[in-house]
Amino acid sequence: MTTITHHAPDALLAAYAGGSLPKPFALAVAAHISLCLDCRAAYEAHLATGGAVLESTSSEAVSEGLKSNVLDLLDAPVTEKPVYQRSGAFPGPVMEALKGKPPRWKSLGMGVRQSILSDGRDGSVRLLYIPPGRAVPDHSHNGLELTLVLQGSFSDETGRFGVGDLEVADQTLEHTPIADAGAPCICLAATDAPLRFNSFVPRLLQPLFRI
Amino acid sequence: MKQSSPQISDLTAAMIAVRNDRDRDAFALLFDHFAPRLKGFIMRTGTGSGQAEEIVQDVMLTVWRKADQFDPERAQVSAWVYQITRNRQIDVIRKENKPLPEELGEDPSAEPDASQILAVEQEAGQLKGALERLKPDQREMIEKAYLGELTHQEISTQTGLPLGTIKSRIRLGLEKLRHELKELR
Ligand SMILES: [Zn+2]
Ligand SMILES: [Zn+2]
Repeated sequence: MTTITHHAPDALLAAYAGGSLPKPFALAVAAHISLCLDCRAAYEAHLATGGAVLESTSSEAVSEGLKSNVLDLLDAPVTEKPVYQRSGAFPGPVMEALKGKPPRWKSLGMGVRQSILSDGRDGSVRLLYIPPGRAVPDHSHNGLELTLVLQGSFSDETGRFGVGDLEVADQTLEHTPIADAGAPCICLAATDAPLRFNSFVPRLLQPLFRI
Repeated sequence: MKQSSPQISDLTAAMIAVRNDRDRDAFALLFDHFAPRLKGFIMRTGTGSGQAEEIVQDVMLTVWRKADQFDPERAQVSAWVYQITRNRQIDVIRKENKPLPEELGEDPSAEPDASQILAVEQEAGQLKGALERLKPDQREMIEKAYLGELTHQEISTQTGLPLGTIKSRIRLGLEKLRHELKELR
C-alpha cells in the first residue's frame, strides 16, 4: 500500500464540489477522490458548505401538483445507469470514461503509448503508458494540467509521484516527468488545452498524435 | 435516554426512516422542506420556473431511490441533497454526466452512531452560522462558488469558513466505514 503525498488543492476540490470544473478535470479529481480518503473528506466538507448554501437560499413556492406527482412516481420503474467498478489500476470514474473496456493504446514512439479518453473544446484527458526510464515528451502547458498516477511512479523537477498522487501543473512549470524503475507508469492526464511539445520534431508530430 | 441530551434533527430522522423503512410520510416531510428551497436554489442560476421544477422532481425522486447511499455519520441531509442537485443540474444544463467518485462499496450501517450524527449536525450548523455571518460580498462569492459560477482559479483557497472541524468529523465517519468494510472482507 503506497501513501498518497500529492493531493488535490482545496480550491480544486471546492470547484469540483460546486460543479464548475470542465469535464476532463472533473474526471481527474473524481479518480483521485476514489483513491484518497483525505481528499474525499475534504470534498464532502465542501458538499456540507453547499448544503449550508442550499439551506440559506430563499425559497420559491412550487406548483400545487408537484408533490403528488412525485409521490405517484416513487415506485415507477427506472432504468439505472450502469455503475462501473474499479478494474486493475483503473478507478471507477476512469472505467466509466473507458465505457468498461480496456484502453486502446496508440504508440507515441520509444515505448510510450497513449489512449485518448476525450478531446474537445473543454480540454482533453488521456491515459499515458510510460516504460521505466522513459520521459513524457518534453512539453509546456497552455493552461492547467492534472496528472494522476494509476500504476508505477514518475519523477520530475518537483518530486516523485506514486500511485494515487496528483500533480497540478500550470503555465509556470516546465517539467520532464520520467517513469521510475519498476512497473511501467500509467497515468491519467487532463488538460484544459492541447499539450504542446517544446522540441521541433514532436511539434511536427502534434496534429498526427493529437498531443 | 436522558431527556436533556440533544436530539437528532427531524430532517435526519426522516431521511433515516426513508432509507431504512421506505417511510412515505417521512419522505413527504423531506419534500416539504427541500422542494421550495431547491426551486429557489436552482432558479438562482437563471433556470426558469418550469425547468427548475422538473429538476426538483428528479432530485426528490433520486433522494427516494438512492436513500441507501445516505450516511448520516458523514453527511447532513442538506449536503447529500446538494450533491444530487448539482449533479442533476449539470446533467440537464451541460447535457453531460459529471464524473463522480466511486461509492465506498457497502451500505452505511443501519444503526448509525447517534453521537457521530449529532457531531456532524453540530458542525454543519456551525458552518451555516459562519456562512450567515460573512460580509455580504464574501458570502455572495461563496454562494456563487457552490452554484458552479466560479472557476477554480476564482475560488480562493481561503473561504473564511471553518472547514477544518467538519472535515475531521467526516474523516472519522469515513474511517469507521472503511474499518467496517475491512471486517466484511
Ligand atoms: Zn488526496
Ligand atoms: Zn506537464
